[in-house]
Amino acid sequence: MSTHLRVNPITCEAHGLCAELLPEMITLDDWGYPILDGNPVTPELLEHAQRAAAACPTLALLIQRRQPQR
Amino acid sequence: MSTQAQAVRLPRLLIGTPDQGQMSLREHLAIHGEIPTGHGRRHKRDCAAGLVESLDRSGLCGRGGAAFPTATKMRAVAKERRRAIVVANGAEGEPASLKDKLLLEALPHLVLDGGSLAVAAVGASELIVCVPRSANTARDSLTRALRERERERYDSVPVRVELVPDRYLAGQESALVSHLNGGPGVPTLTPPMSFERGVQKRPTLINNVETLAHIALIVRYGSEWFRELGTPSQPGSALLTLSGAVEYPGVYEIEHGAPLGDLIEAAGGATSDIKALLLGGYSGTWLPGMLAHTLSLSAEQLAPFDAVLGPGIILALSEDACGVAETARVTRWLAAETAGQCGPCVHGLNAIASAVEELQDGTAAPQTEQRIGRWASMVRRRGACAHPDGAVRFVASALNVFAEEFAEHARHGPCPACARPSQLPLPSNLRLAVAA
Repeated sequence: MSTHLRVNPITCEAHGLCAELLPEMITLDDWGYPILDGNPVTPELLEHAQRAAAACPTLALLIQRRQPQR
Repeated sequence: MSTQAQAVRLPRLLIGTPDQGQMSLREHLAIHGEIPTGHGRRHKRDCAAGLVESLDRSGLCGRGGAAFPTATKMRAVAKERRRAIVVANGAEGEPASLKDKLLLEALPHLVLDGGSLAVAAVGASELIVCVPRSANTARDSLTRALRERERERYDSVPVRVELVPDRYLAGQESALVSHLNGGPGVPTLTPPMSFERGVQKRPTLINNVETLAHIALIVRYGSEWFRELGTPSQPGSALLTLSGAVEYPGVYEIEHGAPLGDLIEAAGGATSDIKALLLGGYSGTWLPGMLAHTLSLSAEQLAPFDAVLGPGIILALSEDACGVAETARVTRWLAAETAGQCGPCVHGLNAIASAVEELQDGTAAPQTEQRIGRWASMVRRRGACAHPDGAVRFVASALNVFAEEFAEHARHGPCPACARPSQLPLPSNLRLAVAA
């Protein structure tokens, strides 16, 4: 099992808090919407990721546990 | 067996298509015969399992654009616990596609046979046939066909016809489910996929109407017969809508892998030199016109060009058209057809459409093409559905195929051909003729 970030693009409103709280994994596009780096969340960053997810005003940042993909 | 011998050659689906109106149930049965199903519940269930296996062997893939293996989709629906629903998807939002309308209008019994078989195959409770709101002829034809089937006690599967909005994305699976559930009819976040949780939260099998029509024939003639045409990776025949610079634009049935030149010949030949070819519709790919004489319509031949037939659309742009103006119009339309939900799609497609218009007008800042490329990478795979991906595929291939014209416009502004009427149909100026 690994931990991944996902953005719900429908509910995301480009508040940008996630990129401030988790710049290691999230950058913003030209319109302020988050771009994920696509990597699994490392144990060191998990707490920051959880804080970023909780801070999103629309709860659009999702943390998902996933089976490793072949 | 004369039926067998006849059915091997083309046309398969379009055989006996009436010039006007629809094929009656009687004519349909005279050409294709009855659906070979047994009587009694047990036998029916065995037949259903046999049908999925037969479709698996046939290699039939979905004809709505995604080309997903039909048997795999059916198995995913059938293994869910709740009672399934089958949806025949005839929404056909692609402006340059007419094949689904043709099937519904002229050959409704093929679609209904296939839908009824799909209902049996996944143990569903009903069939919902979706047609665009504006498709009056298709709706009337379906209504008449359903009355015939009821009168002749030919088919006892409950069927209802649902009208869907005339929008590009109306037929996208999750959007269709949203509409059928009384929602706004726009794409939703997946998973859950429709086969897990679709209409009325039940597992839902959504098949394009052409896919269902093929099922109606495979169950009669067999999977071996189906594979007698086409290529190993894409068995069977396919309906294509060919439009643009050909004598007789319309819907044609081809064998997968057939030379494009033969198709153009069948359509009465080109009416001018072909500047470029658009394959796969407005989420598709532009190719140079010179390929019209050499290209074969197989996945293998199209792959190097990053092209697919998608829902079976080929548009031949004539030499006198302006590739830049055509691209600018369609890009603006694609931006307007966003469901308006996902930021990168809403803002990205609008920015790209404006940049293409500025390139056409000669008012674009330096590096505009590079900026389009960067925006394209910012919208790809960032929507809830694949609309942004398709739109930027269309634009990126246009910048490539019409590179010289774009450079010319960027320097000197609009060309004389810019003012010509659009050759690419848009819903406001749809004027394709069906000549099947």
